[in-house]
Amino acid sequence: MIESRSLGSKIFDIFNHTFLLLVGLVSLLPFVYIVVTSFSATSDLIPKSFTTEAYQYIFSADTFTKSLLVSIFVTLVGTFVQLALSCLMAYSLSHTQLPGRSFFLMMVLITMLFSGGMIPTYFVVQQTGLLNSLWALIIPNAISAFYLIILKNFFQSIPNELKESAKIDGAHELTVLFRIVLPLSLPALAAFGLFYAVGIWNQYFNAILYISDPALYPVQVILRQLIILSSGAIGDSTSIETIPYHGQAIQMAVIVVATLPIIILYPFLQKHFAKGVLLGSVKG
Amino acid sequence: MSQVITKGVLQTETVATEPIVATKKPLAVRIWKERWLYLFMLPGLLYFIIYKYVPMWGMLMAFKNYQPHLGLWASEWVGFRHFQRFFTEPEFGMLLKNTVIIAVLDLLIFFPVTIILALMLNEIRKSVYKRTIQTFVYVPHFLSWVVVVGIFYIIFGTEGGIINAILEKLGIGTIDFLTDPEWFRPMIVLQMVWKDAGWGTVIFLAALAGVDSNLYEAASMDGASRWRQLWHVTLPSIRSVIVILLILRLGNFLDLGFEQIFLMVNALNREVGEVFDTYVYRVGMQQGQFSYSAAVGLFKSAVAFVLVLGANWLAKKFGEEGVY
Repeated sequence: MIESRSLGSKIFDIFNHTFLLLVGLVSLLPFVYIVVTSFSATSDLIPKSFTTEAYQYIFSADTFTKSLLVSIFVTLVGTFVQLALSCLMAYSLSHTQLPGRSFFLMMVLITMLFSGGMIPTYFVVQQTGLLNSLWALIIPNAISAFYLIILKNFFQSIPNELKESAKIDGAHELTVLFRIVLPLSLPALAAFGLFYAVGIWNQYFNAILYISDPALYPVQVILRQLIILSSGAIGDSTSIETIPYHGQAIQMAVIVVATLPIIILYPFLQKHFAKGVLLGSVKG
Repeated sequence: MSQVITKGVLQTETVATEPIVATKKPLAVRIWKERWLYLFMLPGLLYFIIYKYVPMWGMLMAFKNYQPHLGLWASEWVGFRHFQRFFTEPEFGMLLKNTVIIAVLDLLIFFPVTIILALMLNEIRKSVYKRTIQTFVYVPHFLSWVVVVGIFYIIFGTEGGIINAILEKLGIGTIDFLTDPEWFRPMIVLQMVWKDAGWGTVIFLAALAGVDSNLYEAASMDGASRWRQLWHVTLPSIRSVIVILLILRLGNFLDLGFEQIFLMVNALNREVGEVFDTYVYRVGMQQGQFSYSAAVGLFKSAVAFVLVLGANWLAKKFGEEGVY
């Protein structure tokens, strides 16, 4: 069949391959450009010399390193909390014989359609005492209804005989969850763990909504002050405008550092999301 | 079959060891038997009730004059006064227009680009090449909006931005992409496409992988060219997926890219950039008009809800399944 392809078909293939290659490059190039020029000493279009000055500068600034620590802490703790809550709830909901199950499922589904909106949610966050605490970056979005449903489907696809036979042998629900269900769901757990981690690391609006103490700002807030407002001072006394060489390299270096965890996680993300998410969501 | 048997065994055990419980209502027995599962579910349920359902209840403040020190109940009822004020506000027309234009551009440009990209990727048979391109186009999705907008600020900026440097060398002169109101919408759409079009192909590619290859074989036997195969086999096969995603996207119609727009709006492009959500934030959080901005938020949700129902109704009318 392939040998008998017509000329038009071949031209189409060449065009298609070339076009997609361009699309791929356009996706990647802006970021590559940022990375390359962040190491450049001059502001020329094509970098000529290599320097890590911008990186030395941002890591010497207190504000930036602190925000980085905030982001790392929130991401680690938050991912654990979110994954734990999601797994426990998804596990319970995966039991089809559980009385009231459809009611609880409906409760979760409704939150995907309706939400209270920014202002009422803000007051709940305030009343539960989360304002100006790092928990405000974790708790108000602790469970994604969408991931929960997929995880539930994933748990449900594990053969019931495995769980039931363990229970007949006297295993506790906890044992079944930790010894049988979770180990079998590792691809899904890895996928959702990574998605949760990326989500917390990237969140920006929750931070400016719920946190007003600059000492608790995550890295995305600092990034915005530095680039988009161009008015934020990264050090305690010096602002970027007073830096002798161009401030753009510093902005680029901040972008690179703020994206680094994603770039490091990406290969894992790539591997797991295909296995974990697509298995769970697009069931055959 | 084995499931039924094991359940039977478990139940007889319960009856045998706890005869008192067995005389009660079967439902209570069943609930007691699953007490651990309810305990597991408790933290999650509390989360949904506190952070999802209480705010829904809190929307009542749109009909009150909410005073934080009085609380929701004690605040005075004002009926639809906040809504009336919003509809007569000169900004209402601007907000509605800006929100709808950005959302429509999203549907007319972003959505087709995603489908076309998925179809083109699907035409590649060499899987290593395909996977490499996929890896590339997925990357921007995982960057935060701050990073995406930041990259645009650096690349499209007037001072030291590479695009403007090139435009200047070409003799076109600099263009103020980031503050010129004319350029606000193209920039928004470009960012959306760059960040998420690649990622948007995931679900289409999954659907395309499920198309029966016999259909293609039969079509090519009948002498269908690749274009005709695309038109008569591929597109009809993923039509229902397209419709469902379109409806779901309409559901987020007014939520679309709020963080992005918030980051892109500045004093100079406010007239084209301000949307319902940025207005809610500005009036509610920054000026402290809680009830009024909650009313704006509620109006926005109501419009979104009507849009989903409408889209679903249309989809059913055209013989598609719809979401519900």
